[in-house]
Amino acid sequence: MTFPPVPRFQARVLVSLRPSVLDPAGEATRAAAQRLGVDGITRLRIGKAMEVELEAPDLDAARSQIERLSDRLLANPVIENWCLEQLKPAEDAGS
Amino acid sequence: MTIGVVVFPGSNCDRDVRWAAEGCLGIPTRFLWHEERSLEGIDAVVLPGGFSYGDYLRCGAIAHVSPMLSEVAAFAARGGPVLGICNGFQILTEMGLLPGALTRNRQLHFLCEAAPLTVHPGACQWLRHYGEGEPISLPIAHGEGCFQADADTLAALEGEGRVVLRYAANPNGSVGDVAGLCNAQGNVLGLMPHPERACDPITGGTDGSRLLASLLS
Repeated sequence: MTFPPVPRFQARVLVSLRPSVLDPAGEATRAAAQRLGVDGITRLRIGKAMEVELEAPDLDAARSQIERLSDRLLANPVIENWCLEQLKPAEDAGS
Repeated sequence: MTIGVVVFPGSNCDRDVRWAAEGCLGIPTRFLWHEERSLEGIDAVVLPGGFSYGDYLRCGAIAHVSPMLSEVAAFAARGGPVLGICNGFQILTEMGLLPGALTRNRQLHFLCEAAPLTVHPGACQWLRHYGEGEPISLPIAHGEGCFQADADTLAALEGEGRVVLRYAANPNGSVGDVAGLCNAQGNVLGLMPHPERACDPITGGTDGSRLLASLLS
């Protein structure tokens, strides 16, 4: 007897600082770009990208798990915004 | 009176709190591992400084979902005194027991120095032995102490007298010169400076000692 495999998904969540929040590390990086001779950089903000793999019955359930994770842990809504940049079946699904 | 000091992987001021409380003031302490769930026999809780979970994700972010902190949240809701120092303050904001967030210092440097402060005790029970507007000096040691909150939140905190500690010379870019905040009930205090490092005279000052002494009747 074999069981059908649980669907697996991969997601990419981008976390960025809210526009109103000071980003001194981004500002220092922008200044370094200038010193490097890369001209024209007028704004540089540093965020984070999280790559997540998960098991869920379907895409909607996977999305709701990722939303819960992002709201409650990956981002702090006081200072950060997040967006689900990508959500798709895992590439090696079914293997 | 027994103070519970919550210990996370990466806490490094837990023993400083023990020395300040037991060694300097004679208040017994007990270390509480973050995976424990019991606060039985504990009368006050301190979340000490350090780098819980290596500050992974954000400072305080991973600590705030530990089993012990669910108990601490319930303890605070019952009116139990809770003190968060430095990383402990960051954890209290992640838990939502205090508003706002602590972010990278404005000039990116880790700051380790004495900070002149003014105390505005209001209803904060931890600061009841300090006078309104009293100037004190406490050590700071942090890379992420820049307090951020939106203008409405800050105005509400100011209006309610909850900005109980202010930097006299803002070292890190905190909005409103916020160095410490308490909750509306006055039993939860979070602050970036280290009062436990200013209890023993050999450390150069004892301005922090009355804070822990507030637990003694």
